[in-house]
Amino acid sequence: MMLFAFLAQTIRIAIPYLFAAAGGVVAERSGVISLTLEGFLLGGAFTAALGSYYGASPWVGVLCGIAGGLALGLVHGVASVRYRADQVVSGIAINLLAIGLTRFFLHLAFDSSSNSPRIPGFAANTAGGSYFVGLFHNPLIPIGLLAIPAVAWVVYRTPFGLRVRAVGEHPEAAATLGVPVARVRYVAVAISGALAGLGGAYLALDQHQFTDGMSAGRGFIALAAIIFGRWDPMRAGLACLFFAAAEALQIQLQGTQVIASQFVQMIPYVLTIIALAGVVGRAVPPAALGRTE
Amino acid sequence: MTPPETTPPAVRMTGIEKRFGAVRANRGASLEVAVGEIHALVGENGAGKSTLMRILAGLFPPDAGTVEVNGRNVTGWSTASAIAAGVGMVHQHFMLVPTLSIAENVVLGREPRRGPSLDMARAFLEVKGVAGQFGFRMDVRQLVRDLSVGEAQRVEILKALFRGARTLILDEPTAVLSPPEVQELWRVLRSLRDGGGTIVLITHKLDEVIEVSDRITVMRHGEAVARMPTRGATPAEIAKAMVGRDVALALDAEGVHPQATVGGAALTVRDLVVHGARRERRVDGVSLTVAAGEILGIAGVEGNGQTELVEAIAGLRPVASGEIRVGDHDVTSLEVRRRSRLGLAHIPEDRQRRGLVLDYSVADNLVLGRQGAFTTGPVLDRARILQNARDRIAQFDIRPPDPALPARALSGGNQQKIVIAREMGGEFSVLLAAQPTRGVDVGAIEFIHAQLRAARAAGKAILLVSAELTEILALADRVAVMYGGRIVDVLPRAEASVATLGPLMTGCAPAGASVP
Amino acid sequence: MSRAPLRARLEEALLPPFVALLIALVAGDFLILSVGQSPGAVYELLLRGTWGNAYGFGQVLYKTTTLICTGLCVSIGMRAGLFNIGGEGQLAAGGFAAALAGLALPGGTPAAIAVLLCTLAAIAAGGVTGWVPGVLRARFGAHEVITTIMLNFVILALLNWTIATKIRVPETLHTPDVHAGALPRLAAIIPAFHGSAANLSLAIVLAAAALTGWYLFRTRGGYDLRAVGLQPEAAEYGGVRVGATWIRAMTISGALAGLGGINFVLGYKHYYEEGFATGYGFLGIAVALVGRNHPLGVVLASLFFATLSQGGLAINAMVPKQMVDVLQGVVIIAVAASVPEVRRALQLRRRSAEA
Repeated sequence: MMLFAFLAQTIRIAIPYLFAAAGGVVAERSGVISLTLEGFLLGGAFTAALGSYYGASPWVGVLCGIAGGLALGLVHGVASVRYRADQVVSGIAINLLAIGLTRFFLHLAFDSSSNSPRIPGFAANTAGGSYFVGLFHNPLIPIGLLAIPAVAWVVYRTPFGLRVRAVGEHPEAAATLGVPVARVRYVAVAISGALAGLGGAYLALDQHQFTDGMSAGRGFIALAAIIFGRWDPMRAGLACLFFAAAEALQIQLQGTQVIASQFVQMIPYVLTIIALAGVVGRAVPPAALGRTE
Repeated sequence: MTPPETTPPAVRMTGIEKRFGAVRANRGASLEVAVGEIHALVGENGAGKSTLMRILAGLFPPDAGTVEVNGRNVTGWSTASAIAAGVGMVHQHFMLVPTLSIAENVVLGREPRRGPSLDMARAFLEVKGVAGQFGFRMDVRQLVRDLSVGEAQRVEILKALFRGARTLILDEPTAVLSPPEVQELWRVLRSLRDGGGTIVLITHKLDEVIEVSDRITVMRHGEAVARMPTRGATPAEIAKAMVGRDVALALDAEGVHPQATVGGAALTVRDLVVHGARRERRVDGVSLTVAAGEILGIAGVEGNGQTELVEAIAGLRPVASGEIRVGDHDVTSLEVRRRSRLGLAHIPEDRQRRGLVLDYSVADNLVLGRQGAFTTGPVLDRARILQNARDRIAQFDIRPPDPALPARALSGGNQQKIVIAREMGGEFSVLLAAQPTRGVDVGAIEFIHAQLRAARAAGKAILLVSAELTEILALADRVAVMYGGRIVDVLPRAEASVATLGPLMTGCAPAGASVP
Repeated sequence: MSRAPLRARLEEALLPPFVALLIALVAGDFLILSVGQSPGAVYELLLRGTWGNAYGFGQVLYKTTTLICTGLCVSIGMRAGLFNIGGEGQLAAGGFAAALAGLALPGGTPAAIAVLLCTLAAIAAGGVTGWVPGVLRARFGAHEVITTIMLNFVILALLNWTIATKIRVPETLHTPDVHAGALPRLAAIIPAFHGSAANLSLAIVLAAAALTGWYLFRTRGGYDLRAVGLQPEAAEYGGVRVGATWIRAMTISGALAGLGGINFVLGYKHYYEEGFATGYGFLGIAVALVGRNHPLGVVLASLFFATLSQGGLAINAMVPKQMVDVLQGVVIIAVAASVPEVRRALQLRRRSAEA
């Protein structure tokens, strides 16, 4: 019983990580840094709330979530691909922009500085012991679980994926073979925006409302999962599940004082630093990651 | 000499002009390559060979002139159309994605598909087929990063062949290859030619030219200065065309200089081995000594280990084995600062990357490496730095004479004078001078040469590395020749000439001669 | 020809922020028009609410103080070729250490000594949190962008845990008041500032900015540091240890962010509170970017962003104050995108002038 509750909780926590990490892997593999995932999640959550509220359907919300993430992704793409802006700076600007825009329009649309009214969402019904069947009442959960294998297929099994991997490692080599480097990166960033936007939609629709800053660092956990998973979609997905499991465990153990929540929160970040420092086999990023010239 | 009029040449380039900023890389260059020949394009570094070939491969358009391929005017075409027309280029720096497999690298850009997905099974098969057709033995599933240099190069050639290349351009293909790998490459090129393919080989190694090519075009200063069939050409003849007739003239004017008083060994290098990025031996057991009051010239075509040798002596590159001594001190594992304090000065070959902080002022650049000597406590002594700059600017005639100007704003010759003034203006006993006059004007060359002679007269030991034979012959007391990471011979100045050095530099003379 | 490059360098430094301000102004117009207000009136109100009265200006100065610190933090990293985005964690660590020191000192400690010790504690704590990613980069090759951002979360979680379990005032998220080390408000000297949070740490921080400029441009350490940032290979040739310089730069960088902690802890609330540093780290990047990594530029850019931030409150009646959050993002992205663009345009002009 406890175990099922724990697994169900793990999956619910993992879904936004999985969406964001799936998208982030594509962008990073193409050489564009994904510090933006946090902003994409937040922006997607807000536009999903808007869509669901005014469209009176969670599915309108889903589409709007994708569109919101996509729009921010294109801003990042234009800044970092077209104008060759520093991708770290552009990424941070996207995150700040997402915070600002969601707050501004939250105020305009719902006249609130903290949250939207209740919106139509997807209910994951886990009451009454039917944990897994209940999970699938929210269609974004199976979609989220499939996002990672889908991205793995795109990256490793399609011509586009081959080009993404080539462009992220050695753009000059790809260019000499006539691969349009900039276009590949635009598409990759757009995919990362759309997928992370879906992750944001999940957040808003799952909680039936948008709250200010509701991405709450999840985009950075997804980035940590990408790095910890060494830029491989499947391993990044496993890292997402692992980080989510740690949180779920902490929630299950709440009140028992076995381990403080703050230390559980640290796990993804500490592991990522260790992975980068190469204590147990170095995590090597795509060679052209962040390069603008 | 000219191919039959009926079949147009595979390549005909006429009056090609190309500028990069202030540099005129090609000035009216021309080239004609017949179908079915291996054509060697030779010349010194910076003669404009690579630029000409990149124009042919569509990497950039010429400023003026026409490019014809198989009789069709294709001036200013793109890489994509060059590939489509069967013109492929194998670059000097491999254009391979190390994390992808051989097959993935080869099919990139024209991937076989099955529905929306990449048909890797077919890719493996097709690539394997093309590889087999040309006699390449390779496992096409292997990752490129696990390949040896020679294997990586064959993948590059395979990429071009997979795209149906009939005209193949190779830019310095042997620079990174071992002798057996070179032989393998020749085998491949010959079989391509015999199958009706056309090959343009960029090189500056004359032994290769003689061995493998059918026809030769020599480039100098951006122009094609000679064109000849390989049969009957001698290395001396080609070398003369490469270097230009001004060699002999400069020597006559210079004469053989009086021998200075030579003192004890100031710099000693013993059995030095230095590795490159792929763990290959860039410097392969070099031993040499330079005495006080002597200039030891290192002649050789660039890329034969000179850069690594100098950087290892200076402390900028780790030493795999061997020993370096400055005077009586073993400096092999000392850091840069300590070596410089022991009297080692260094004019680096790349002043814009190594020798200067381009955004620093002239005055600040004039203390780089000695910044610790211009401080009071932790504070830079601006007055002394400025005084030092004024003195050096006057002494070495750096123009414009403004210590506050960023080094970036000065001409190449004056940038080099900053480096020379800094390294030779202070106390030193050993000077490493790498390509000290590269890219500077005639006036500056004379000035720099005079400085080097004066230093020798003052009893300094100088290790001079230069790709310009004229410079070596004008300055050195002894000439060591480097080839393939080794010193193949050391000649006293009286025995050194273009005729004796040329074959040594290009690997044509029997190696293993005397080592000091 | 001798003066032309200097002019070009000034243009290269000043044009991007200028372009960005214009773009932000236009974006602001759109936002203001979208809520049916007149841009002129809103901007006028923004100025009146910040520079137009002593209280508003005091609040601007208060926010400026922290921003100078995180801006200097990012700048000195940039000067060494490193991107420290851990300013927020380093700032929080500095504030926490200042509070701990103030709690540890007995009540009667002479003010000067107490302030000195608390400030040193803030600097040291920030320095250590900057040193860690410096070592990770120099010794292990772990890129500082990722390690600093990850360390932000680790440090904040550690501090939150300490507050939650060890030294919290019940029912709050902050420590008890410090016993010693509190800094007087500016209102104590100039009564007109009454009610604003501006305090004497502004003077300390301005001194730190001047010291940073002195270090960067007048000392041998700064010479080495800038050389590493501009051309690491030339620095290495000049006998500079690149790795050691990275560690030093990250330590100084963290120390400067840590110093910012005294503004809130010693100058304003007299206790450490969870979340006081939120947003200042990332805004420090904006400050460094617009200030072109020069201490003077950082001070001016801090004033600008503090004005924007405080101005949001002033215009809230006409336009949602969140407008300024949007504008901050717009300014950063516009500067980032126009830096390479301006450089290319200037190069093009130079080349055509030569030809």
